[in-house]
Amino acid sequence: MFELLINYGPKLLDGAVMTLQLTFISVSIAGLLSLPLAILRRSKNILWQWPIRLYVSFFRGTPLLAQLFLVYYGSGQFRPELTELGLWWFFRDPYYCALLTFALNSTAYQLEILRGGLQAVPYGEVEAGVALGMPRRLLYQKIILPHTYRIAFPALGNEIILMLKGGAIASVITLLDVMGHTRRVFSQTFDISVYLWAALIYLVITTVFVLVWRLLERRLTRHMFYQRDIKRITPVEATSTKMEASNVN
Amino acid sequence: MSTKSISEAALYAEDLHKSFGGIEVLKGVSLTAQKHDVISIIGSSGSGKSTFLRCMNLLEFPDAGKIRVHGEKLDLSQNSRGGRSKHVQQQIERIRSCLGMVFQSFNLWSHMSVLENVMLGPCSVLKRNRDEVEVQARALLDRVGMLEKCHMYPDNLSGGQKQRVAIARALAMDPDVMLFDEPTSALDPELVNEVLLVIRELAEEGRTMIMVTHEMRFARDVSSQVVYLHQGRIEEQGSPEQLFNNPRSEHLQRFLSSQY
Repeated sequence: MFELLINYGPKLLDGAVMTLQLTFISVSIAGLLSLPLAILRRSKNILWQWPIRLYVSFFRGTPLLAQLFLVYYGSGQFRPELTELGLWWFFRDPYYCALLTFALNSTAYQLEILRGGLQAVPYGEVEAGVALGMPRRLLYQKIILPHTYRIAFPALGNEIILMLKGGAIASVITLLDVMGHTRRVFSQTFDISVYLWAALIYLVITTVFVLVWRLLERRLTRHMFYQRDIKRITPVEATSTKMEASNVN
Repeated sequence: MSTKSISEAALYAEDLHKSFGGIEVLKGVSLTAQKHDVISIIGSSGSGKSTFLRCMNLLEFPDAGKIRVHGEKLDLSQNSRGGRSKHVQQQIERIRSCLGMVFQSFNLWSHMSVLENVMLGPCSVLKRNRDEVEVQARALLDRVGMLEKCHMYPDNLSGGQKQRVAIARALAMDPDVMLFDEPTSALDPELVNEVLLVIRELAEEGRTMIMVTHEMRFARDVSSQVVYLHQGRIEEQGSPEQLFNNPRSEHLQRFLSSQY
């Protein structure tokens, strides 16, 4: 069992790098796309709303594997057209196809998560901003988005973990991520324990991710904890600010 | 009323109408607040007093009527879906920034400390220098007795403390008129006084204020004018002595007797 690890361990680690790369890039692209789309999805204008609803129901309603095949094999059907458009280099490469599919898929999920977050922003706090004369951009920047991401944060972490593991199907279109290498090693050695090692790699990655995510979440929700150590202001500091204030006036 | 007093009024509203889902909440309400006026709006629940106050800084958009702030006429035009031109929107934002609003439910920004709550408006909307704003914010917090808690988050404060911070936040914008929407209605009885004390001080220093309130004794003490709203109309209006001692309208008599 450990002999296998010595011989093939580096390959599995190569796979881990590929898995991390695929997940990180596609989830980041999705993270950038999902926010503006979620805001448009909430607009009352049906010209914005309906295409986004269709997009979301397609990507949430069909298997990721089917989407991947549609992009990778489907694009082959349109090779002449894609060549003419100068896009064939992109669709020819399984790596790019996987990235595109995963990004589109994750965008759909993240979009819905953020929509829920936007809906749950305490309305009174937004109104307080409106009453101060804040323009829309400031409202989003200072009030709406901090709340939205705090509310959506656990669900977003969940989605990223699902994407990390769902990404294993990239191995079906010849990509050598953790799963791709594992399948290859198995076909050469017929040693079933390689799947155990693969599972362990996924487990380590997700565990580290969960820990990091929890730290970030604590930071985002720090205002919700009971404050024990309040930085007390000394009377000296208090009077000095008062004097400064009266100097200004 | 003469045109001069209208153009000089800190806040002037004429014949405001507002409906929600077919129900007319405001049926033509007018009000003139001169500088240094303290106007209390009283009335039973559902009489439209909060809606009227919220129409003044356009948190609710009136269906019809006129509003002037310091003589400047507000452009209330909007398209059928509630959209407004950029120019109109900018005027509204500018006007809102000089009307300080205090809400019944405080509405402090929960993800910001007390100090950040007070500083955000002047820094981001008025784009003032951060250091100057901080000095002013600390002085304001000191005034409402909250300087010691300036690094705490709102979730760790009592209702009365939150409302005092909310008042400091509104004052930090250096508003021409303060609007209070039932500032003590969400407070425990023993916390009401600390907030009223702050409001009373503001009244005494001559701030122009309009407040919706259920605190009759307080309204009688500090107001220069009291307005009684009933079913979307002003039923009686005048000095506090006049309204509280000699109410003429039957509704107001019944309303006042139910209060004590």
